[in-house]
Amino acid sequence: MKILVCISHVPDTTSKINFTDNDTKFDTNGVQFVINPNDEFGLTRAMWFKEKQGASVDVVTVGSKETEPTIRKALAIGADQAIRVDTEPKDGFQVAKELAKVAKDGNYDLIIAGRESIDYNGGMVPGMLAKLIGANFINTCVSLEIEGDKATAIREIDGGKETLTSSLPLVIGGQKGLVEESDLKIPNMRGIMMARKKPLNVVEPVADGLSTEAKKFSKPAPKGDVKLVDAENIDELIDLLHNEAKAI
Amino acid sequence: MSVLVYTESENGKFKKAAFEAASYAKGIAKQLGIETFAISFNAENANDLGTYGVEKAFNLSNENFSKFNAEAYAEVIAEVAKAQDAKVIVLSQSANAKYLAPLLAVHLEAGYASNVVELPNTENGFVVKRTAFTNKAFNETAITTDAKIIGVSSNAYGLHEAETDIQVEDYQTNVVLSEAGVQVQSVDKNKDKVSIADAEIVISGGRGLKGPENWHLVEDLAETLGAATACSKPVSDMGWRPHSEHVGQTGKPVASNLYIAIGISGAIQHLAGINASKVKVVINNDAEAPFFKAADYGIVGDAFEVIPKLTEKLKEFKANNA
Repeated sequence: MKILVCISHVPDTTSKINFTDNDTKFDTNGVQFVINPNDEFGLTRAMWFKEKQGASVDVVTVGSKETEPTIRKALAIGADQAIRVDTEPKDGFQVAKELAKVAKDGNYDLIIAGRESIDYNGGMVPGMLAKLIGANFINTCVSLEIEGDKATAIREIDGGKETLTSSLPLVIGGQKGLVEESDLKIPNMRGIMMARKKPLNVVEPVADGLSTEAKKFSKPAPKGDVKLVDAENIDELIDLLHNEAKAI
Repeated sequence: MSVLVYTESENGKFKKAAFEAASYAKGIAKQLGIETFAISFNAENANDLGTYGVEKAFNLSNENFSKFNAEAYAEVIAEVAKAQDAKVIVLSQSANAKYLAPLLAVHLEAGYASNVVELPNTENGFVVKRTAFTNKAFNETAITTDAKIIGVSSNAYGLHEAETDIQVEDYQTNVVLSEAGVQVQSVDKNKDKVSIADAEIVISGGRGLKGPENWHLVEDLAETLGAATACSKPVSDMGWRPHSEHVGQTGKPVASNLYIAIGISGAIQHLAGINASKVKVVINNDAEAPFFKAADYGIVGDAFEVIPKLTEKLKEFKANNA
């Protein structure tokens, strides 16, 4: 089985979010970049397939040279080789088109991407990628088993779960649940050393034009102070929620 | 030319998110001076969409489409969008809508903006305001393609009534379900409980509750208010509660009207995930917990004493205000 894991290079979840250049660009100053958490669950699941069922695992990212430490980390975790599409990711559709080219060239059976990146939260790349290459697609995937050329997956729906089957090739939008948080792989020294020798192929972009353009950023208005209610005076809280906040 | 809204139903009934999406679609249609059309699947009363300004509803009544199928639904919506020359297609941000929107975007070669919170600015191009960085920021995004797809965040635009004479068409599709595609085998849905995505009120518990055996406090309060239950990341990581209840940056986003956090300190990732909720209440015995800086109302106190009292008082309140 040939697996491709799509990796997005995103600010760590604890990052302070600020903007520069007249609020048109994300301020990367002092920000630690990591593998997008939704992708990381998928990467670990891919490693599981590699170890238990035999599979090759490639990783791909769309981004400039600055993303290389992130993709190297994926190699250190155990991916066999990496591909970097050398262009600035500006739009989900553009990224999906770049990934579609890589996916077609590699003829993969299974492509795992995160359901969304935690920076722009577009939530569109996996589905677009699937449609562009004519593969099946399962979103918000929290469990995945592959037997032969058949996949069984569980998808999270609003208020429950759905069990689905699909033929391959398949693209999934993965998230936590694909593996447990405690099973996430942390690169060890041997993995880090080996990652240095693994191939990282840089390829030229193919997508032409953008469908959206991110313009200005802003931050939510600062909040007023919390109104504290005495623990002995629950009636006051109910009164505030009813008459002031109109929330109950 | 038209604005087309996908109005999602469940067991034939429209979800609130469908009416909110219809309201939003009407808002755009008014701006652009064009009509508002809706597409629904096996809806029992498509006429209800007239309340929110829909002029014409295409309702597909077909047993084959009784189970949600992202691929096939996207194809049907694309079929209608093309036939009706839809310039803008509006969807909610339910799990199903998020699933099919990117497929639809490829069908229509349309730019797609998700998590949109306001009507677009159409004075100079077509610019929408959407949340980014998991509610830590907003981003103004221009959609530059001819056809445009917008996913409207839950509870952001709200319901806007605009009573309209609606025409309902029994829609016939040429789309054939693929045998080779993704097949639903079973659906496991808790029918007695409101989901986090659909809930007006969410009650969330953290490590301060000390163990899963104490969750009746959260559940009783939730039941009293008709609320969904949720939890913090450590709680789901420790297996006290299922992952599906984890709210925060790597879990589910919450955009409810009221969010009550019990024994949750308020890590930055958690606060990001719930930031879109309108009214936030925190109950924590640690007055220094960061959550107090993000909340509208707070009680410094022991959850094990405060919550039963709060539940009791709310029961009285509900009885008196029924």
